[in-house]
Amino acid sequence: MQVYMDNNATTMVDPAVVEAMLPFFSEQYGNPNSLHKFGTASHPAIARAIDQVYAAISASDDDDIVFTSCATESNNWVLKSVWIDKILHGEKNHIITTEVEHPSVLSTCKFLEEQGVNVTYLPVNEQGVVDAQMLRSFITDKTALVSVMWANNETGMIFPIKEIGEICKEKGVLFHTDGVQAVGKIPVDVQAVHVDFMSMSAHKFHGPKGIGALYIRNGQALSPLLNGGEHMGGRRSGTLNVPYIVGMGKALEMATVNIEEKMASISAKRDRLEDALLKLIPDTFTVGERDHRTPNTILISIRGVEGEGMLWDLNNAAIGASTGSACASEDLEANTVMLAIGADHELAHTGIRLSLSRYTTDEEVDYVIDHFKTAVERLRSISSSYAKVKPTPGGEATACEMH
Amino acid sequence: MAKNDLFGASLWDEYSNKVTTLMNNPQHQGEITEEEAAANGNKLIVADFGAESCGDAVRLYWEVNPETDVIENSKFKSFGCGTAIASSDMMTQLCLGKTVDEAVKITNIDVEMALRDTPDVPAVPPQKMHCSVMAYDVIKKAAGLYKGVDAESFEEEIIVCECARVSLSTLKEVIKLNDLSTVEQVTDYTKAGGFCKSCIKPGGHEAREYYLVDILADVRREMDEEKMKAAAEAGLGGDFEAMTLVQKIKAIDAVVDDNIRQFLIMDGGNMEVIDVKDGEEYIDVYIRYLGACSGCASSSTGTLYAIEAALKEKLSDKIRVLPI
Repeated sequence: MQVYMDNNATTMVDPAVVEAMLPFFSEQYGNPNSLHKFGTASHPAIARAIDQVYAAISASDDDDIVFTSCATESNNWVLKSVWIDKILHGEKNHIITTEVEHPSVLSTCKFLEEQGVNVTYLPVNEQGVVDAQMLRSFITDKTALVSVMWANNETGMIFPIKEIGEICKEKGVLFHTDGVQAVGKIPVDVQAVHVDFMSMSAHKFHGPKGIGALYIRNGQALSPLLNGGEHMGGRRSGTLNVPYIVGMGKALEMATVNIEEKMASISAKRDRLEDALLKLIPDTFTVGERDHRTPNTILISIRGVEGEGMLWDLNNAAIGASTGSACASEDLEANTVMLAIGADHELAHTGIRLSLSRYTTDEEVDYVIDHFKTAVERLRSISSSYAKVKPTPGGEATACEMH
Repeated sequence: MAKNDLFGASLWDEYSNKVTTLMNNPQHQGEITEEEAAANGNKLIVADFGAESCGDAVRLYWEVNPETDVIENSKFKSFGCGTAIASSDMMTQLCLGKTVDEAVKITNIDVEMALRDTPDVPAVPPQKMHCSVMAYDVIKKAAGLYKGVDAESFEEEIIVCECARVSLSTLKEVIKLNDLSTVEQVTDYTKAGGFCKSCIKPGGHEAREYYLVDILADVRREMDEEKMKAAAEAGLGGDFEAMTLVQKIKAIDAVVDDNIRQFLIMDGGNMEVIDVKDGEEYIDVYIRYLGACSGCASSSTGTLYAIEAALKEKLSDKIRVLPI
């Protein structure tokens, strides 16, 4: 058996989505901007996909939802265009975001800092979320934009988007949310919360990679990131990626129909997995209260077991998981989200993220429980940190100062 | 960037088979107790290095024959990634059968080389080299405990890049000899900073005492000072093109004072040097005429030619004089 538990990274494309996409690769391949029948033949499918996306997040007909290549593009678009529109050619010079955003937000903010923009990176509390009232205290007359993710990719923690949106509306500040980890997993209603912009990506909810969208509230101006023709109403040029747009619409519809029921099913499996791991393996803990997490996510920390070593053993058991901790990534740093929530550095090197999907089965959960325990036991038997040994005659281990 | 860099390979794909094998089945993992060592008439040494907070830590056990100083048994425990576990295992293997003095000569480079499947292909990707450094350091710690000396006493030089074992003195020498001006050049010449990158600048995996950016800046400053000193000592006979802006202006003024200014003053005029700009083809000297010279017809012909000729002869053929 092999088990995929890395659904916050990407998801399997649903077979029904593939089926919906297929005709637009080989049969209805015309450019939808062409006047002839080959092009216009795809119009009904595009229109349907647009309807599906609008309906999934309760957007109004007057809002714009523009297809992009991914959420990274959407995030870059908002941040860089606000810089151009409101900062470079305006009176403002300040952006607020958080320390735990996706790199497509953080790296873009770093780039904007180099261009002279002031950026405030808000810390998160012990639950891994920002405090909306703290955010309020950082908004000034110079603030052009607040960018706060809807749910965190590593912990699954859901941020107080409604409260933040109200504060931004009250203060007259634009509000962008990276909705990548929320859309398709929990109910997202842009009428019920005030967001000006929201990024999303199809491959997070069983759609294809390479297609995303940006929600733009009615009336909000935003300079295009890609200039060219007049595609997407001039908002985003480039020939429409018809099969992927169709796939995204279908995937989002499938993810959001009866979403409460799907959430209950996934969270039941997630909770069973989490309970079993915490019960069977001593000295482990998980991050964030379940009720405030996306229903599929567990970030578990295992005392004495370094993240990459654990990932290695899980991979040997054909279990795909993930870690943002040291040695699994190029920069070798400890898990930044774990550090942000106040975990010590040792624990921040031990986090393993397990993320389920609606296709995760009970058998797969049982398999992960068994092999997770086996891996922890093996690695703890090697671990100098977890070894039950006498104090060393040579004194204390060398300390290392982390940045 | 090139074709092969467009799509990043998995770190694990760059591990040698030996690393993979030892990660899955370390051969020397475990502990040695006082009782076991005493039963063999040996001395037990237990040394720790690294810290869990850094993401890597190792505990090394040695059973040393006190009469021969030979390490007769060796075990380890390790908190770390696959590379850390495999490196610790190989380091333990390399210690076996050696005297403490021989073991202390084992470096992280030896450990990494021993983990290679083929001599020319690294056992681990560059950013994982730091995991083998821990193996080097814990041996020094163990040897220090056995001999009753500080582990640092085994280190003859200040090591800036532990992954590539490049010393401070080597770096300074290479920068000076090759007139290096960027960290990338320093890495190309020495390999320092080419692995885990902690030694390049603050903010990496771990804090360092010395960083390449600071060393490079210090050495370049020293080189500039030496150059200026040499130019000052050589006076006007020094290399004009190598002079600083201030030195150039002073040198030009000196030539003008000695050769030109007296003739201008005789006719009720004068001149001043406004700026000097270095170009690839010319060194442009911007001057402004004063007094009678400013309205003189020959200021853009004969006088200008005389000034430029004097400066070319005394300082550099590249000089071009431009009145403004």
